[in-house]
Amino acid sequence: MPGFLLRRLLAAIPVLVMVAVIVFSLLRLSAGDPAMILAGDGATPEQLDNVRRAMGLDKPIVEQFFSWSWRLLHGDVGTSLISGLPVSQLIGDRFGPSLALSISTIVLAVMVAVPLGILAAWQQGKPLDRMVMAVSVVGFSVPVFIIGYVLILVFARWLGWLPVQGYQPLSNGFWVFAQRLILPTLALSTAYIALIARIVRTSVIEVMGEDFIRTARAKGMGETAVLIRHALGNAAVPIVTIIGVSIAMLIGGVVVTESVFNIPGLGRLVLEAVLARDYPIIQALILLFSLIYVLINLVIDMLYSVLDPRIRY
Amino acid sequence: MSSSPAVAAPVAPASPLLAQLKQTLRGWPVIAAIVVIVALVLVAICAPLLGTSDPGLIDASQRLKPISAAHWLGTDAFGRDVYSRVLYGARISLTVGLGTVVIALSLGLLIGVVAGYFRWADAIIMRVMDGLMAIPGILLAIALVSLSGASLFTVLIAIAIPEIPRVVRMVRSVMLSVRTESFVEAATILGTRVPLVMWRHMMPSTLAPLIVQGTYIFASAILTEAILSFLGAGIPPETPSWGNAMAEGRVYFMLLPGLVLYPGVLVSLTVLSVNVLGDALRDALDPRMAKRV
Amino acid sequence: MTQTNSSSAPVLSVRGLTVQAGHGAAMRQVVGNISFDVHPGETVCIVGESGSGKSVTSFSIMGLLPKGSLTPTAGQILIDGEDLLTATEHRLRQLRASKVAMVFQEPMTALNPVQRVGDQVDEVLRLHTPLGAGERRKQVLAMLASVHLPDIERIYASFPHQLSGGQRQRIVIAMALILKPRVLICDEPTTALDVTTQKQILTLIRELQQDQQTAVVFITHDFGVVSEIADRIVVMNKGAVVETGSRDTILANPAEAYTRMLVSSVPSLIPRHRALHDAEKVLEVVKLEKVFEEKRMFGKGRRVVAANAVTFAIRRGEILGVVGESGSGKSTVARCVVKLIEPSGGNVLFKRKDLAGLPAREMRQMRQRVQFVFQDPYRSLNPRRTVGDSLIEGLINFGTSREAALEAVTRALVLVGMTPDAMQRYPHQFSGGQRQRLCIARAVVMEPDVLVADEAVSALDVSVQAQVLDLLEEIRQRTGVAILFITHDLRVAAQICNTIVVMRRGEVVEAGDAMSVLGDPQHEYTRALIDAAPGREWDFQNFRPVAESLSLAAAGSAPPIVVA
Repeated sequence: MPGFLLRRLLAAIPVLVMVAVIVFSLLRLSAGDPAMILAGDGATPEQLDNVRRAMGLDKPIVEQFFSWSWRLLHGDVGTSLISGLPVSQLIGDRFGPSLALSISTIVLAVMVAVPLGILAAWQQGKPLDRMVMAVSVVGFSVPVFIIGYVLILVFARWLGWLPVQGYQPLSNGFWVFAQRLILPTLALSTAYIALIARIVRTSVIEVMGEDFIRTARAKGMGETAVLIRHALGNAAVPIVTIIGVSIAMLIGGVVVTESVFNIPGLGRLVLEAVLARDYPIIQALILLFSLIYVLINLVIDMLYSVLDPRIRY
Repeated sequence: MSSSPAVAAPVAPASPLLAQLKQTLRGWPVIAAIVVIVALVLVAICAPLLGTSDPGLIDASQRLKPISAAHWLGTDAFGRDVYSRVLYGARISLTVGLGTVVIALSLGLLIGVVAGYFRWADAIIMRVMDGLMAIPGILLAIALVSLSGASLFTVLIAIAIPEIPRVVRMVRSVMLSVRTESFVEAATILGTRVPLVMWRHMMPSTLAPLIVQGTYIFASAILTEAILSFLGAGIPPETPSWGNAMAEGRVYFMLLPGLVLYPGVLVSLTVLSVNVLGDALRDALDPRMAKRV
Repeated sequence: MTQTNSSSAPVLSVRGLTVQAGHGAAMRQVVGNISFDVHPGETVCIVGESGSGKSVTSFSIMGLLPKGSLTPTAGQILIDGEDLLTATEHRLRQLRASKVAMVFQEPMTALNPVQRVGDQVDEVLRLHTPLGAGERRKQVLAMLASVHLPDIERIYASFPHQLSGGQRQRIVIAMALILKPRVLICDEPTTALDVTTQKQILTLIRELQQDQQTAVVFITHDFGVVSEIADRIVVMNKGAVVETGSRDTILANPAEAYTRMLVSSVPSLIPRHRALHDAEKVLEVVKLEKVFEEKRMFGKGRRVVAANAVTFAIRRGEILGVVGESGSGKSTVARCVVKLIEPSGGNVLFKRKDLAGLPAREMRQMRQRVQFVFQDPYRSLNPRRTVGDSLIEGLINFGTSREAALEAVTRALVLVGMTPDAMQRYPHQFSGGQRQRLCIARAVVMEPDVLVADEAVSALDVSVQAQVLDLLEEIRQRTGVAILFITHDLRVAAQICNTIVVMRRGEVVEAGDAMSVLGDPQHEYTRALIDAAPGREWDFQNFRPVAESLSLAAAGSAPPIVVA
């Protein structure tokens, strides 16, 4: 098993390098001279030259890439063009809220969707199954922010049970913290509950059609026992896969949700950076999110080798 | 000597793909979905004829009015007719959906075929695709739009590019599995040249999965456009798109929720219908389903 | 044969069983009015071709028919007097594995891949007995020993993917027999196994059966197996019982025409053709070598030598059989000959021109001379093209005009016994046997010098198989084509081959005239293969034991079995 893990780790490196190349190219390939964008439209040629030298833009492209990568590996992600603050500090400040939102969303999604999917598979073709399927299609068809706004309308405006927007860190008290997370979590998790429930259902149904299930029945096992002892273990791999995919997709949803509910997290940071064209921040965040994605995939791979003895060479 | 009897009983020869497609059109959800989609297309095309006025017409005296006979869905912050903006917005959304599908499928097919057939290209291509897939789609789209300036065209490209890796993966995996099929090997033994083998025997197997994936990409593209415009990183605000309408309306949400909800419902309805259609197509065209009782 | 207690009451009694498919108005009958009895210690074989309903019958006995799609609508299934069709689900669960157990066809997928096999056998005890964990483990280990698995402690803790097909089937048998049920149902349990493994499994089942006096219902399509293990035979066709009788009666004196046809189609091990020593060599394989290496980013991947120093030659008009079990390399050799894969070493001489190492463009020109028929008739024709388009493809590639090609295909279709209107149809409109004929037509229309048939009849029903073998023989006579016939079944090779090459683990262990290889085998592996061939004592075409046929031939009172 250690050999397998080592190989997966080493295979992740080219992906990260590729991401770095893509991110680097994005900036350099953008329409317009980066120096001009930074210095402003009315800059004189001397000012432009100064900016260029300061940013190292006068050196050959490959050299720029290597020095940029070198700085990256040392944790230097540059400074914000707008505020002048180090990007790492900005990220550090905003990390907490996004983390809280992401964790609560995934936990809720998994806790609701997995049992729901199993139940739907169990009742395949019957009314409960059809209802779950119908609701889930709606669930991932409605945009996150619409759900968010409807929830705000109902629970914050009309019923007044929960605050409309905002965020309170955990240090200010648990209830205050949790209160403000409920609506955003509900809004964001809807699509994932829908997606995960569907895949769980499909996987369980598919496994229940396999030959070894027939063998289990031939041993005199009841249907419930067959489901729990034989089917679920084999459906675990596709289920874990979809949970991993959902976590990776989560990042996009976080951006929107933070925008709707006014949560000062990394998603909002991305938006602000994009609108202000603050490239160092955009760059750093894309790299950060990609790194998280690769790490999640690695964890998923490790889980596979635990769940399925065939994946252990 | 060889005593084989005559051939099978006469049956009208039916291309298997057509038969499968016909099978999708069953059950009221699919029919309802198709009706909705067709209606939307018609609405988009015939927008000028459906009682709309100029969606860009600003009238400061008519700001934020509720539903009335003059303005069937009220007016927005600039006094523009919401009904017209919503109907014309359908054009943008459908264009984005269709455009994304065309770009993603054609580029994805091309790259996937090359990766699936030529070993030397495969490693490089899949590394690039892995790298692209590691970057969250929305972020990539936002970055692309902000870097190249916002216009309908750049938004299209920005939404299409993150969809390409998945298509490439799918095409490549189909090509790899079809390669070992006996009828493909038979063609080689009969002396058929490689390009013709690929075109005639391998690529048709990608048709069904492409159709299914195309519908999902269509839905996803409309959704992504809405999100991008909502965040202010999409289509320029003058163009009436559903996302833009919602972005502008969000400030006044508490006062007039309709500004956000009318386009929102339409987006949801469109995406829902396309997803339902996609599900039905997948059930009919995905060979694995046939094995399940 | 096995000792039976036919005088005692039957353990299993199936009476008038009828099963229907679908529901409501669209119901149609799948099997109708099936009746047979099985006594303790007796083996009843249910024989039939695909679609005969034998599997449906066996699943009905266990109550394992897929709910909603197949339903028993009439009849009784009595085990020790108790009717299973009226039993509650709870009662059925009690009876499974304890009174009636089943062994399935595919050992590779019959076990839960993520659970250790020992635990899977243990589960049977857990479900039906009140024994504690320690006692259960002892019994499971004892059972693993009685199915002759080596190193039982290690096997107990293994996962299915770490075991071979034969070992997995032993585990399934262990699961089925650990509670000593009265009835054991075997649904084609050895069809997916190598012939030597098959022999071991059949011996094992018989041994355990005699030990516990189990009544065995054995489903199979292979009359060779039937002739070795059956006490009584039930012949099924299209959902109905055609004939029932004792083994000797059915094999020597079948009453029904269908049974006669079925029995006489079974190939026996008696070689029928002499070798052709005078004809010129058309294809010569010299020290052929193929090594597969797994490419890994770091370190060396696995290295498999699929073929090593393989040498043989085919002469004009000859049928050469390459016989071997799975992993013998026979398919690799076939694919190297047509350059579907590139040999790692050695020569493939076609009329003295070496194909190995020939550049692609020149190889393409040679393709007309060597053609191929694949194993799976359901996958060797492009499902989206009409038969006509598929069959003219080769000729068009080499410059023939469309009209001339269509004409040639029409002639080829007649040659293989099909009518020309097949050209407008799609492959899915034909049966397996018909599709294989179409594939043969596709190959033959190119007028090749060599035809490679890779397990071309293995996927066909036995009656269809006999027809296709006759067809190949006829084509050989009419066109003088040489055939390289790959098969795992020595009996099939005996039917049509002039020369036989026996392969094992990538190497040729014996080669020579069919008569000498089968009549006087030199290598111990060949002897093992012959010994394991089921039904080798019976001459099916003549409805009598082989010994009798040989003595009749020797006495001159019957024509020699050998055909030119």
